[in-house]
Amino acid sequence: MNTLIVISILALVVLYLGLFKAKNALLPVSILGLLGALALAVCEWNSGASPIFSGMMHFDNFAVAFSALTIISTILILLLSKTYFEKISENVAEYYTIILFALVGIIVMVSYHNLSMLFIGLEIMSVSLYVLAGIKKRDFASNEAALKYFLMGAFSTGFLLFGIALIYGASHSFDLSEIAKYVTDRPTGIDPIFYVGIILVMVGMCFKIGAAPFHFWVPDVYEGSPTLITTFMATVVKTAGFAAFLRIFSVCFAPLSEFWMPTLLGITILTLFIGNITALFQTNFKRMLTYSSVSHAGYMLFAIVALGASSFNAVFVYAAAYSLASIIAFGVLILVKEQTGSENFESFNGLGKKNPFLAFSVTVAMLSFAGIPLTAGFIGKFFMFSTALQEYHTWLIVLAIINAVISIYYYFKVIVAMYFKDAERKEVPSNAYYKLVLGVSVIATIVLGVYPSLITDFF
Amino acid sequence: MDNITATIQVVPLNHYILLSAIIFTIGVIGVLIRRNAIIIFMSVELMLNAVNLLLTAFSAYSGDASGQVFVFFIMALAAAEVAVGLAIIVMVYRNTNSVDINVLNRLKW
Repeated sequence: MNTLIVISILALVVLYLGLFKAKNALLPVSILGLLGALALAVCEWNSGASPIFSGMMHFDNFAVAFSALTIISTILILLLSKTYFEKISENVAEYYTIILFALVGIIVMVSYHNLSMLFIGLEIMSVSLYVLAGIKKRDFASNEAALKYFLMGAFSTGFLLFGIALIYGASHSFDLSEIAKYVTDRPTGIDPIFYVGIILVMVGMCFKIGAAPFHFWVPDVYEGSPTLITTFMATVVKTAGFAAFLRIFSVCFAPLSEFWMPTLLGITILTLFIGNITALFQTNFKRMLTYSSVSHAGYMLFAIVALGASSFNAVFVYAAAYSLASIIAFGVLILVKEQTGSENFESFNGLGKKNPFLAFSVTVAMLSFAGIPLTAGFIGKFFMFSTALQEYHTWLIVLAIINAVISIYYYFKVIVAMYFKDAERKEVPSNAYYKLVLGVSVIATIVLGVYPSLITDFF
Repeated sequence: MDNITATIQVVPLNHYILLSAIIFTIGVIGVLIRRNAIIIFMSVELMLNAVNLLLTAFSAYSGDASGQVFVFFIMALAAAEVAVGLAIIVMVYRNTNSVDINVLNRLKW
Protein backbone atom coordinates (compact mmCIF):
# COMPACT_ATOMS: atom_id res chain seq x y z
CA MET A 1 0.00 0.00 0.00
CA ASN A 2 2.74 2.43 1.00
CA THR A 3 4.39 1.68 -2.33
CA LEU A 4 1.49 3.23 -4.17
CA ILE A 5 1.50 6.37 -2.02
CA VAL A 6 5.26 6.81 -2.28
CA ILE A 7 5.27 6.52 -6.07
CA SER A 8 2.34 8.94 -6.43
CA ILE A 9 4.05 11.55 -4.26
CA LEU A 10 7.36 10.92 -5.99
CA ALA A 11 5.78 11.71 -9.36
CA LEU A 12 4.53 15.06 -8.06
CA VAL A 13 7.90 15.85 -6.48
CA VAL A 14 9.64 15.17 -9.77
CA LEU A 15 7.19 17.45 -11.55
CA TYR A 16 8.04 20.25 -9.10
CA LEU A 17 11.76 19.64 -9.57
CA GLY A 18 11.17 20.23 -13.25
CA LEU A 19 9.34 23.45 -12.45
CA PHE A 20 12.31 24.73 -10.46
CA LYS A 21 14.78 23.72 -13.19
CA ALA A 22 16.59 21.18 -11.03
CA LYS A 23 17.41 19.04 -14.03
CA ASN A 24 20.31 17.16 -12.53
CA ALA A 25 18.26 16.08 -9.54
CA LEU A 26 15.55 14.39 -11.60
CA LEU A 27 17.20 11.03 -12.14
CA PRO A 28 18.68 10.56 -8.64
CA VAL A 29 15.42 11.56 -6.96
CA SER A 30 13.37 9.23 -9.16
CA ILE A 31 15.73 6.33 -8.57
CA LEU A 32 15.94 6.88 -4.82
CA GLY A 33 12.18 7.22 -4.56
CA LEU A 34 11.65 4.03 -6.51
CA LEU A 35 14.18 2.18 -4.36
CA GLY A 36 12.25 3.35 -1.31
CA ALA A 37 9.00 2.18 -2.86
CA LEU A 38 10.63 -1.15 -3.67
CA ALA A 39 11.80 -1.56 -0.07
CA LEU A 40 8.30 -0.76 1.20
CA ALA A 41 6.81 -3.27 -1.21
CA VAL A 42 9.18 -6.00 -0.08
CA CYS A 43 8.39 -5.21 3.57
CA GLU A 44 4.75 -6.09 2.92
CA TRP A 45 5.67 -9.64 2.00
CA ASN A 46 3.34 -12.10 3.77
CA SER A 47 1.49 -9.32 5.55
CA GLY A 48 -1.40 -8.73 3.14
CA ALA A 49 -3.78 -11.35 4.44
CA SER A 50 -7.02 -9.62 3.59
CA PRO A 51 -8.21 -6.92 1.19
CA ILE A 52 -7.95 -3.33 2.39
CA PHE A 53 -9.93 -0.14 1.69
CA SER A 54 -13.34 -1.83 1.77
CA GLY A 55 -12.09 -4.64 -0.41
CA MET A 56 -10.70 -2.36 -3.13
CA MET A 57 -7.07 -3.46 -3.01
CA HIS A 58 -5.36 -6.62 -1.89
CA PHE A 59 -1.60 -6.58 -1.36
CA ASP A 60 -1.03 -10.30 -1.26
CA ASN A 61 2.26 -11.92 -2.19
CA PHE A 62 1.27 -11.97 -5.83
CA ALA A 63 0.85 -8.19 -5.81
CA VAL A 64 4.09 -7.65 -3.90
CA ALA A 65 6.09 -9.83 -6.27
CA PHE A 66 4.75 -8.15 -9.39
CA SER A 67 5.09 -4.66 -7.87
CA ALA A 68 8.71 -5.43 -7.11
CA LEU A 69 9.33 -6.76 -10.60
CA THR A 70 7.77 -3.73 -12.31
CA ILE A 71 9.57 -1.28 -10.03
CA ILE A 72 12.95 -2.94 -10.69
CA SER A 73 12.36 -2.88 -14.45
CA THR A 74 11.37 0.78 -14.25
CA ILE A 75 14.54 1.61 -12.33
CA LEU A 76 16.65 -0.09 -14.99
CA ILE A 77 14.79 1.75 -17.76
CA LEU A 78 15.11 5.12 -16.04
CA LEU A 79 18.86 4.56 -15.67
CA LEU A 80 19.04 4.18 -19.45
CA SER A 81 17.29 7.53 -19.85
CA LYS A 82 20.18 9.64 -18.54
CA THR A 83 20.99 11.31 -21.83
CA TYR A 84 18.08 10.03 -23.87
CA PHE A 85 15.29 12.45 -23.02
CA GLU A 86 17.41 15.58 -23.27
CA LYS A 87 17.86 14.88 -26.96
CA ILE A 88 14.12 14.74 -27.58
CA SER A 89 12.91 17.79 -25.75
CA GLU A 90 13.72 20.40 -23.15
CA ASN A 91 10.98 19.49 -20.70
CA VAL A 92 12.64 16.45 -19.25
CA ALA A 93 10.79 16.33 -15.94
CA GLU A 94 7.53 15.45 -17.65
CA TYR A 95 8.99 12.21 -18.99
CA TYR A 96 9.95 11.01 -15.54
CA THR A 97 6.64 12.14 -14.10
CA ILE A 98 4.51 10.45 -16.72
CA ILE A 99 6.49 7.22 -16.48
CA LEU A 100 6.03 7.31 -12.70
CA PHE A 101 2.30 7.95 -13.09
CA ALA A 102 2.08 4.99 -15.45
CA LEU A 103 3.82 2.95 -12.77
CA VAL A 104 1.18 4.06 -10.25
CA GLY A 105 -1.49 2.67 -12.56
CA ILE A 106 0.51 -0.53 -12.89
CA ILE A 107 0.77 -0.99 -9.12
CA VAL A 108 -3.01 -0.60 -8.93
CA MET A 109 -3.42 -3.12 -11.75
CA VAL A 110 -1.39 -5.81 -10.03
CA SER A 111 -3.07 -5.40 -6.65
CA TYR A 112 -6.74 -4.72 -7.40
CA HIS A 113 -9.49 -6.59 -5.63
CA ASN A 114 -12.40 -4.84 -7.25
CA LEU A 115 -13.16 -4.48 -10.93
CA SER A 116 -13.47 -0.71 -10.61
CA MET A 117 -9.83 -0.63 -9.43
CA LEU A 118 -8.84 -2.76 -12.40
CA PHE A 119 -10.45 -0.21 -14.70
CA ILE A 120 -8.93 2.79 -12.92
CA GLY A 121 -5.44 1.28 -12.84
CA LEU A 122 -5.64 0.32 -16.49
CA GLU A 123 -6.74 3.81 -17.47
CA ILE A 124 -4.11 5.60 -15.38
CA MET A 125 -1.51 3.46 -17.11
CA SER A 126 -2.98 3.76 -20.61
CA VAL A 127 -3.56 7.52 -20.60
CA SER A 128 0.02 8.06 -19.45
CA LEU A 129 1.25 5.78 -22.21
CA TYR A 130 -0.73 7.59 -24.91
CA VAL A 131 1.18 10.71 -23.97
CA LEU A 132 4.52 8.91 -23.82
CA ALA A 133 4.04 7.27 -27.22
CA GLY A 134 3.48 10.64 -28.87
CA ILE A 135 6.04 12.60 -26.93
CA LYS A 136 8.16 13.43 -29.98
CA LYS A 137 5.76 16.09 -31.18
CA ARG A 138 7.39 16.75 -34.55
CA ASP A 139 8.16 13.15 -35.39
CA PHE A 140 5.64 11.61 -37.74
CA ALA A 141 6.14 8.02 -36.59
CA SER A 142 5.64 9.04 -32.99
CA ASN A 143 2.42 10.89 -33.91
CA GLU A 144 1.12 7.87 -35.71
CA ALA A 145 2.02 5.56 -32.85
CA ALA A 146 0.25 7.80 -30.36
CA LEU A 147 -2.93 8.08 -32.41
CA LYS A 148 -3.08 4.36 -33.13
CA TYR A 149 -2.37 3.45 -29.55
CA PHE A 150 -4.95 5.89 -28.30
CA LEU A 151 -7.74 4.76 -30.64
CA MET A 152 -7.04 1.07 -30.11
CA GLY A 153 -6.59 1.48 -26.37
CA ALA A 154 -9.87 3.33 -25.96
CA PHE A 155 -11.60 0.79 -28.20
CA SER A 156 -10.35 -2.14 -26.14
CA THR A 157 -11.28 -0.39 -22.90
CA GLY A 158 -14.83 -0.28 -24.26
CA PHE A 159 -14.87 -4.07 -24.60
CA LEU A 160 -13.42 -4.56 -21.14
CA LEU A 161 -16.01 -2.22 -19.64
CA PHE A 162 -18.93 -3.88 -21.39
CA GLY A 163 -17.68 -7.19 -20.05
CA ILE A 164 -17.40 -5.77 -16.55
CA ALA A 165 -20.92 -4.35 -16.80
CA LEU A 166 -22.35 -7.73 -17.82
CA ILE A 167 -20.49 -9.50 -15.02
CA TYR A 168 -21.87 -6.94 -12.61
CA GLY A 169 -25.35 -7.49 -13.99
CA ALA A 170 -25.14 -11.21 -13.28
CA SER A 171 -23.30 -11.20 -9.97
CA HIS A 172 -24.44 -7.78 -8.58
CA SER A 173 -20.95 -6.96 -7.40
CA PHE A 174 -17.60 -5.67 -8.60
CA ASP A 175 -15.73 -7.35 -5.78
CA LEU A 176 -13.55 -10.26 -6.91
CA SER A 177 -14.40 -12.51 -3.98
CA GLU A 178 -18.13 -11.80 -4.37
CA ILE A 179 -17.91 -12.72 -8.05
CA ALA A 180 -15.95 -15.86 -7.19
CA LYS A 181 -18.64 -16.74 -4.64
CA TYR A 182 -21.32 -16.19 -7.27
CA VAL A 183 -19.53 -18.63 -9.59
CA THR A 184 -18.91 -21.35 -7.00
CA ASP A 185 -22.34 -21.12 -5.40
CA ARG A 186 -24.06 -21.85 -8.68
CA PRO A 187 -22.25 -24.54 -10.67
CA THR A 188 -25.27 -24.58 -12.97
CA GLY A 189 -27.69 -21.79 -13.69
CA ILE A 190 -25.18 -19.01 -14.12
CA ASP A 191 -26.77 -16.17 -16.01
CA PRO A 192 -25.81 -16.35 -19.72
CA ILE A 193 -24.76 -12.70 -19.70
CA PHE A 194 -22.01 -13.70 -17.27
CA TYR A 195 -20.47 -15.88 -19.98
CA VAL A 196 -20.65 -13.05 -22.50
CA GLY A 197 -18.99 -10.87 -19.89
CA ILE A 198 -16.11 -13.32 -19.49
CA ILE A 199 -15.49 -13.35 -23.24
CA LEU A 200 -15.59 -9.56 -23.48
CA VAL A 201 -13.21 -9.15 -20.55
CA MET A 202 -10.92 -11.67 -22.22
CA VAL A 203 -11.02 -9.72 -25.48
CA GLY A 204 -10.28 -6.47 -23.66
CA MET A 205 -7.33 -7.97 -21.81
CA CYS A 206 -5.98 -9.65 -24.96
CA PHE A 207 -5.97 -6.25 -26.65
CA LYS A 208 -3.93 -4.82 -23.80
CA ILE A 209 -1.34 -7.59 -23.76
CA GLY A 210 -1.17 -7.70 -27.56
CA ALA A 211 -2.28 -11.27 -28.24
CA ALA A 212 -3.33 -12.18 -31.77
CA PRO A 213 -5.81 -11.48 -33.38
CA PHE A 214 -5.84 -8.30 -31.30
CA HIS A 215 -2.14 -7.60 -31.81
CA PHE A 216 -2.26 -5.47 -34.96
CA TRP A 217 -1.55 -2.22 -33.10
CA VAL A 218 1.51 -3.63 -31.32
CA PRO A 219 4.13 -3.44 -34.11
CA ASP A 220 3.17 0.05 -35.25
CA VAL A 221 3.00 1.49 -31.76
CA TYR A 222 6.20 -0.15 -30.57
CA GLU A 223 8.08 0.89 -33.67
CA GLY A 224 6.83 4.46 -33.75
CA SER A 225 7.33 5.30 -30.10
CA PRO A 226 10.72 6.49 -28.85
CA THR A 227 12.80 3.37 -28.16
CA LEU A 228 13.03 3.91 -24.44
CA ILE A 229 9.25 4.20 -24.19
CA THR A 230 8.97 1.03 -26.28
CA THR A 231 11.16 -0.68 -23.71
CA PHE A 232 8.80 0.44 -20.97
CA MET A 233 5.77 -0.81 -22.91
CA ALA A 234 7.33 -4.12 -23.82
CA THR A 235 8.50 -4.95 -20.32
CA VAL A 236 6.67 -3.24 -17.48
CA VAL A 237 3.33 -2.71 -19.19
CA LYS A 238 3.18 -6.21 -20.58
CA THR A 239 4.04 -7.71 -17.19
CA ALA A 240 1.31 -5.67 -15.55
CA GLY A 241 -1.21 -6.67 -18.21
CA PHE A 242 -0.49 -10.33 -17.58
CA ALA A 243 -0.66 -9.90 -13.82
CA ALA A 244 -4.08 -8.26 -14.13
CA PHE A 245 -5.28 -10.90 -16.61
CA LEU A 246 -4.08 -13.74 -14.40
CA ARG A 247 -5.55 -12.23 -11.26
CA ILE A 248 -9.11 -11.89 -12.52
CA PHE A 249 -9.11 -15.27 -14.23
CA SER A 250 -7.57 -17.19 -11.36
CA VAL A 251 -9.71 -15.60 -8.64
CA CYS A 252 -13.07 -15.37 -10.40
CA PHE A 253 -13.33 -17.50 -13.49
CA ALA A 254 -11.19 -20.53 -12.67
CA PRO A 255 -14.20 -22.84 -12.00
CA LEU A 256 -15.59 -22.03 -15.44
CA SER A 257 -12.37 -22.84 -17.27
CA GLU A 258 -14.12 -25.42 -19.44
CA PHE A 259 -16.06 -22.59 -21.00
CA TRP A 260 -13.33 -20.04 -21.75
CA MET A 261 -10.28 -22.29 -22.05
CA PRO A 262 -10.84 -23.42 -25.69
CA THR A 263 -11.15 -19.80 -26.86
CA LEU A 264 -8.00 -18.78 -25.05
CA LEU A 265 -6.21 -21.85 -26.37
CA GLY A 266 -7.03 -20.75 -29.91
CA ILE A 267 -5.80 -17.24 -29.17
CA THR A 268 -2.57 -18.64 -27.72
CA ILE A 269 -1.76 -20.80 -30.74
CA LEU A 270 -2.62 -18.00 -33.15
CA THR A 271 -0.43 -15.59 -31.20
CA LEU A 272 2.53 -17.95 -31.23
CA PHE A 273 2.38 -18.57 -34.96
CA ILE A 274 1.59 -15.02 -36.08
CA GLY A 275 4.26 -13.53 -33.82
CA ASN A 276 7.00 -15.93 -34.82
CA ILE A 277 6.32 -16.24 -38.52
CA THR A 278 5.96 -12.50 -39.05
CA ALA A 279 9.14 -11.88 -37.08
CA LEU A 280 11.00 -14.13 -39.54
CA PHE A 281 10.52 -11.63 -42.35
CA GLN A 282 11.59 -8.47 -40.56
CA THR A 283 14.70 -6.58 -41.58
CA ASN A 284 14.32 -3.99 -38.86
CA PHE A 285 15.66 -5.07 -35.48
CA LYS A 286 13.12 -3.02 -33.52
CA ARG A 287 10.20 -4.38 -35.49
CA MET A 288 11.55 -7.91 -35.08
CA LEU A 289 11.59 -7.33 -31.33
CA THR A 290 7.97 -6.14 -31.39
CA TYR A 291 6.84 -9.27 -33.18
CA SER A 292 8.90 -11.36 -30.83
CA SER A 293 7.11 -9.57 -28.01
CA VAL A 294 3.81 -10.72 -29.53
CA SER A 295 5.07 -14.28 -29.59
CA HIS A 296 6.27 -14.04 -25.98
CA ALA A 297 2.77 -12.93 -25.05
CA GLY A 298 1.69 -16.25 -26.54
CA TYR A 299 4.07 -18.18 -24.31
CA MET A 300 2.91 -16.27 -21.25
CA LEU A 301 -0.71 -17.07 -22.09
CA PHE A 302 0.12 -20.73 -21.39
CA ALA A 303 -0.09 -19.98 -17.71
CA ILE A 304 -3.65 -18.73 -18.07
CA VAL A 305 -4.72 -21.51 -20.43
CA ALA A 306 -3.45 -24.09 -17.95
CA LEU A 307 -4.62 -22.23 -14.89
CA GLY A 308 -3.36 -23.87 -11.73
CA ALA A 309 -1.35 -23.38 -8.59
CA SER A 310 1.91 -23.01 -10.49
CA SER A 311 0.62 -20.35 -12.91
CA PHE A 312 1.68 -17.41 -10.75
CA ASN A 313 5.18 -18.69 -10.51
CA ALA A 314 5.41 -19.39 -14.21
CA VAL A 315 4.21 -15.93 -15.26
CA PHE A 316 6.48 -14.27 -12.72
CA VAL A 317 9.61 -16.09 -13.84
CA TYR A 318 8.82 -15.67 -17.51
CA ALA A 319 8.03 -11.98 -17.13
CA ALA A 320 11.25 -11.40 -15.21
CA ALA A 321 13.37 -13.20 -17.80
CA TYR A 322 11.63 -11.48 -20.69
CA SER A 323 11.91 -8.02 -19.11
CA LEU A 324 15.63 -8.38 -18.47
CA ALA A 325 16.34 -9.57 -22.00
CA SER A 326 14.19 -6.83 -23.52
CA ILE A 327 15.95 -4.14 -21.53
CA ILE A 328 19.31 -5.37 -22.84
CA ALA A 329 18.15 -5.62 -26.44
CA PHE A 330 16.45 -2.23 -26.55
CA GLY A 331 19.25 -0.57 -24.60
CA VAL A 332 21.87 -1.69 -27.11
CA LEU A 333 19.52 -0.74 -29.94
CA ILE A 334 19.39 2.83 -28.61
CA LEU A 335 23.21 3.02 -28.64
CA VAL A 336 23.54 1.47 -32.09
CA LYS A 337 20.87 3.71 -33.52
CA GLU A 338 22.56 6.81 -32.12
CA GLN A 339 25.72 5.86 -33.98
CA THR A 340 24.43 4.51 -37.28
CA GLY A 341 21.01 6.15 -37.49
CA SER A 342 19.44 2.89 -38.55
CA GLU A 343 17.61 0.12 -36.75
CA ASN A 344 18.21 -2.59 -39.34
CA PHE A 345 20.10 -5.79 -38.70
CA GLU A 346 22.96 -4.47 -40.86
CA SER A 347 23.70 -1.75 -38.34
CA PHE A 348 24.82 -4.50 -35.96
CA ASN A 349 27.46 -5.79 -38.39
CA GLY A 350 30.89 -6.00 -36.86
CA LEU A 351 29.76 -5.00 -33.39
CA GLY A 352 31.47 -8.05 -31.93
CA LYS A 353 34.93 -6.73 -32.76
CA LYS A 354 34.55 -3.11 -31.77
CA ASN A 355 32.28 -3.47 -28.75
CA PRO A 356 32.74 -6.95 -27.31
CA PHE A 357 30.74 -6.12 -24.20
CA LEU A 358 27.68 -4.78 -26.08
CA ALA A 359 27.81 -7.72 -28.46
CA PHE A 360 28.04 -10.16 -25.57
CA SER A 361 25.06 -8.53 -23.83
CA VAL A 362 22.94 -8.77 -26.97
CA THR A 363 23.99 -12.38 -27.39
CA VAL A 364 22.89 -13.21 -23.87
CA ALA A 365 19.59 -11.40 -24.44
CA MET A 366 18.94 -13.26 -27.69
CA LEU A 367 19.81 -16.63 -26.13
CA SER A 368 17.47 -15.82 -23.28
CA PHE A 369 14.68 -14.86 -25.71
CA ALA A 370 15.20 -18.08 -27.62
CA GLY A 371 15.16 -20.13 -24.42
CA ILE A 372 18.64 -21.63 -24.56
CA PRO A 373 19.68 -23.35 -21.31
CA LEU A 374 21.74 -21.48 -18.71
CA THR A 375 19.78 -18.30 -19.35
CA ALA A 376 16.71 -17.03 -17.51
CA GLY A 377 14.60 -17.41 -20.65
CA PHE A 378 15.09 -21.17 -20.55
CA ILE A 379 13.83 -21.34 -16.98
CA GLY A 380 10.85 -19.19 -17.95
CA LYS A 381 9.94 -21.44 -20.85
CA PHE A 382 10.54 -24.54 -18.73
CA PHE A 383 8.08 -23.34 -16.09
CA MET A 384 5.50 -22.37 -18.72
CA PHE A 385 5.73 -25.74 -20.43
CA SER A 386 5.59 -27.71 -17.20
CA THR A 387 2.52 -25.70 -16.14
CA ALA A 388 0.85 -26.59 -19.40
CA LEU A 389 1.88 -30.24 -19.08
CA GLN A 390 0.28 -30.47 -15.66
CA GLU A 391 -3.02 -29.82 -17.38
CA TYR A 392 -2.21 -32.36 -20.13
CA HIS A 393 -1.93 -29.90 -23.03
CA THR A 394 0.65 -32.11 -24.72
CA TRP A 395 0.08 -30.99 -28.29
CA LEU A 396 0.16 -27.36 -27.20
CA ILE A 397 3.71 -28.04 -26.00
CA VAL A 398 4.57 -29.60 -29.35
CA LEU A 399 3.35 -26.48 -31.17
CA ALA A 400 5.21 -24.27 -28.73
CA ILE A 401 8.47 -26.13 -29.29
CA ILE A 402 8.06 -25.81 -33.06
CA ASN A 403 7.67 -22.08 -32.49
CA ALA A 404 10.69 -21.92 -30.23
CA VAL A 405 12.72 -23.51 -33.01
CA ILE A 406 11.40 -20.99 -35.56
CA SER A 407 12.31 -18.15 -33.24
CA ILE A 408 15.91 -19.32 -32.97
CA TYR A 409 16.38 -18.41 -36.63
CA TYR A 410 15.60 -14.73 -36.27
CA TYR A 411 17.27 -14.31 -32.91
CA PHE A 412 20.47 -15.80 -34.26
CA LYS A 413 20.38 -13.48 -37.26
CA VAL A 414 21.49 -10.70 -34.92
CA ILE A 415 24.25 -12.79 -33.39
CA VAL A 416 25.49 -13.74 -36.85
CA ALA A 417 25.46 -10.08 -37.90
CA MET A 418 27.48 -9.05 -34.87
CA TYR A 419 30.17 -11.72 -34.97
CA PHE A 420 30.47 -13.02 -38.51
CA LYS A 421 29.76 -10.03 -40.72
CA ASP A 422 32.40 -7.40 -41.04
CA ALA A 423 31.77 -3.76 -41.46
CA GLU A 424 33.77 -0.58 -41.17
CA ARG A 425 32.59 1.00 -37.99
CA LYS A 426 33.80 2.95 -35.03
CA GLU A 427 33.35 1.91 -31.47
CA VAL A 428 29.85 2.65 -30.22
CA PRO A 429 30.11 5.16 -27.38
CA SER A 430 28.29 4.20 -24.21
CA ASN A 431 28.20 5.86 -20.83
CA ALA A 432 28.55 4.34 -17.37
CA TYR A 433 24.81 4.09 -16.84
CA TYR A 434 24.40 1.87 -19.88
CA LYS A 435 27.28 -0.32 -18.77
CA LEU A 436 25.74 -0.62 -15.32
CA VAL A 437 22.26 -1.52 -16.60
CA LEU A 438 23.54 -3.95 -19.22
CA GLY A 439 25.94 -5.54 -16.75
CA VAL A 440 23.27 -5.98 -14.10
CA SER A 441 20.77 -7.39 -16.60
CA VAL A 442 23.29 -9.79 -18.12
CA ILE A 443 24.41 -11.05 -14.73
CA ALA A 444 20.82 -11.40 -13.54
CA THR A 445 19.87 -13.30 -16.70
CA ILE A 446 22.72 -15.77 -16.28
CA VAL A 447 22.36 -16.12 -12.50
CA LEU A 448 18.65 -16.82 -12.82
CA GLY A 449 19.43 -19.34 -15.51
CA VAL A 450 21.91 -21.17 -13.31
CA TYR A 451 20.19 -20.80 -9.93
CA PRO A 452 16.49 -20.52 -10.78
CA SER A 453 15.51 -21.35 -7.21
CA LEU A 454 16.33 -17.73 -6.30
CA ILE A 455 12.98 -16.57 -7.62
CA THR A 456 10.96 -19.69 -8.22
CA ASP A 457 9.87 -20.46 -4.67
CA PHE A 458 7.93 -17.29 -4.08
CA PHE A 459 4.37 -18.51 -4.25
CA MET B 1 -34.24 8.15 -5.48
CA ASP B 2 -36.92 5.48 -5.03
CA ASN B 3 -39.01 7.39 -7.50
CA ILE B 4 -36.28 7.30 -10.14
CA THR B 5 -35.56 3.63 -9.49
CA ALA B 6 -39.25 2.86 -9.86
CA THR B 7 -39.35 4.82 -13.11
CA ILE B 8 -36.35 2.92 -14.45
CA GLN B 9 -37.98 -0.35 -13.53
CA VAL B 10 -41.05 0.42 -15.63
CA VAL B 11 -39.07 -0.84 -18.61
CA PRO B 12 -38.02 -4.52 -18.38
CA LEU B 13 -34.31 -5.19 -17.80
CA ASN B 14 -33.90 -7.10 -21.03
CA HIS B 15 -34.84 -4.02 -23.01
CA TYR B 16 -32.01 -2.08 -21.40
CA ILE B 17 -29.57 -4.87 -22.18
CA LEU B 18 -30.70 -4.99 -25.79
CA LEU B 19 -30.58 -1.22 -26.19
CA SER B 20 -27.08 -1.03 -24.72
CA ALA B 21 -25.91 -3.90 -26.89
CA ILE B 22 -27.27 -2.13 -29.97
CA ILE B 23 -25.64 1.19 -29.07
CA PHE B 24 -22.39 -0.61 -28.28
CA THR B 25 -22.50 -2.39 -31.64
CA ILE B 26 -23.12 0.89 -33.45
CA GLY B 27 -20.04 2.24 -31.70
CA VAL B 28 -17.92 -0.79 -32.67
CA ILE B 29 -19.04 -0.60 -36.29
CA GLY B 30 -18.31 3.12 -36.31
CA VAL B 31 -14.76 2.50 -35.10
CA LEU B 32 -14.22 -0.18 -37.71
CA ILE B 33 -15.60 1.53 -40.82
CA ARG B 34 -15.13 5.26 -40.35
CA ARG B 35 -11.85 6.86 -41.41
CA ASN B 36 -11.98 10.18 -39.61
CA ALA B 37 -10.10 10.11 -36.31
CA ILE B 38 -12.63 12.36 -34.57
CA ILE B 39 -15.59 10.24 -35.67
CA ILE B 40 -13.79 7.10 -34.52
CA PHE B 41 -13.26 8.81 -31.23
CA MET B 42 -16.96 9.70 -31.00
CA SER B 43 -17.82 6.07 -31.69
CA VAL B 44 -15.60 5.02 -28.80
CA GLU B 45 -17.49 7.44 -26.58
CA LEU B 46 -20.73 5.87 -27.78
CA MET B 47 -19.41 2.48 -26.65
CA LEU B 48 -18.57 3.87 -23.23
CA ASN B 49 -21.99 5.47 -22.89
CA ALA B 50 -23.66 2.20 -23.78
CA VAL B 51 -21.76 0.71 -20.85
CA ASN B 52 -22.90 3.57 -18.61
CA LEU B 53 -26.53 2.96 -19.52
CA LEU B 54 -26.18 -0.75 -18.87
CA LEU B 55 -24.52 -0.23 -15.51
CA THR B 56 -27.22 2.21 -14.43
CA ALA B 57 -29.97 -0.20 -15.41
CA PHE B 58 -28.33 -3.12 -13.57
CA SER B 59 -27.71 -0.93 -10.58
CA ALA B 60 -31.33 0.21 -10.39
CA TYR B 61 -32.60 -3.32 -10.76
CA SER B 62 -30.35 -4.89 -8.15
CA GLY B 63 -30.76 -2.04 -5.64
CA ASP B 64 -26.99 -1.68 -5.38
CA ALA B 65 -25.43 1.77 -5.70
CA SER B 66 -21.93 0.62 -6.67
CA GLY B 67 -22.91 0.34 -10.32
CA GLN B 68 -23.81 4.01 -10.41
CA VAL B 69 -20.57 4.95 -8.69
CA PHE B 70 -18.73 3.03 -11.38
CA VAL B 71 -20.55 5.17 -13.96
CA PHE B 72 -18.97 8.25 -12.40
CA PHE B 73 -15.55 6.66 -12.62
CA ILE B 74 -16.12 5.89 -16.28
CA MET B 75 -17.23 9.46 -16.96
CA ALA B 76 -14.23 10.93 -15.15
CA LEU B 77 -11.73 8.71 -16.91
CA ALA B 78 -13.45 9.20 -20.27
CA ALA B 79 -13.01 12.94 -19.75
CA ALA B 80 -9.30 12.40 -19.06
CA GLU B 81 -9.10 10.32 -22.20
CA VAL B 82 -10.83 13.05 -24.21
CA ALA B 83 -8.27 15.57 -23.01
CA VAL B 84 -5.33 13.42 -24.05
CA GLY B 85 -6.99 12.09 -27.18
CA LEU B 86 -7.97 15.44 -28.61
CA ALA B 87 -4.47 16.73 -27.88
CA ILE B 88 -3.05 13.81 -29.87
CA ILE B 89 -5.46 14.47 -32.74
CA VAL B 90 -4.52 18.17 -32.77
CA MET B 91 -0.83 17.21 -32.78
CA VAL B 92 -1.39 14.91 -35.76
CA TYR B 93 -3.40 17.58 -37.54
CA ARG B 94 -0.61 20.12 -37.13
CA ASN B 95 1.87 17.78 -38.73
CA THR B 96 -0.25 16.37 -41.54
CA ASN B 97 -3.11 18.85 -42.03
CA SER B 98 -5.51 15.95 -41.89
CA VAL B 99 -7.39 13.86 -39.37
CA ASP B 100 -7.98 11.05 -41.83
CA ILE B 101 -6.38 7.89 -40.45
CA ASN B 102 -5.50 6.67 -43.95
CA VAL B 103 -2.74 9.28 -43.93
CA LEU B 104 -1.18 7.36 -41.10
CA ASN B 105 0.31 4.47 -42.96
CA ARG B 106 4.03 5.11 -42.75
CA LEU B 107 4.60 2.27 -40.32
CA LYS B 108 4.10 -0.96 -42.19
CA TRP B 109 5.86 -4.22 -42.53
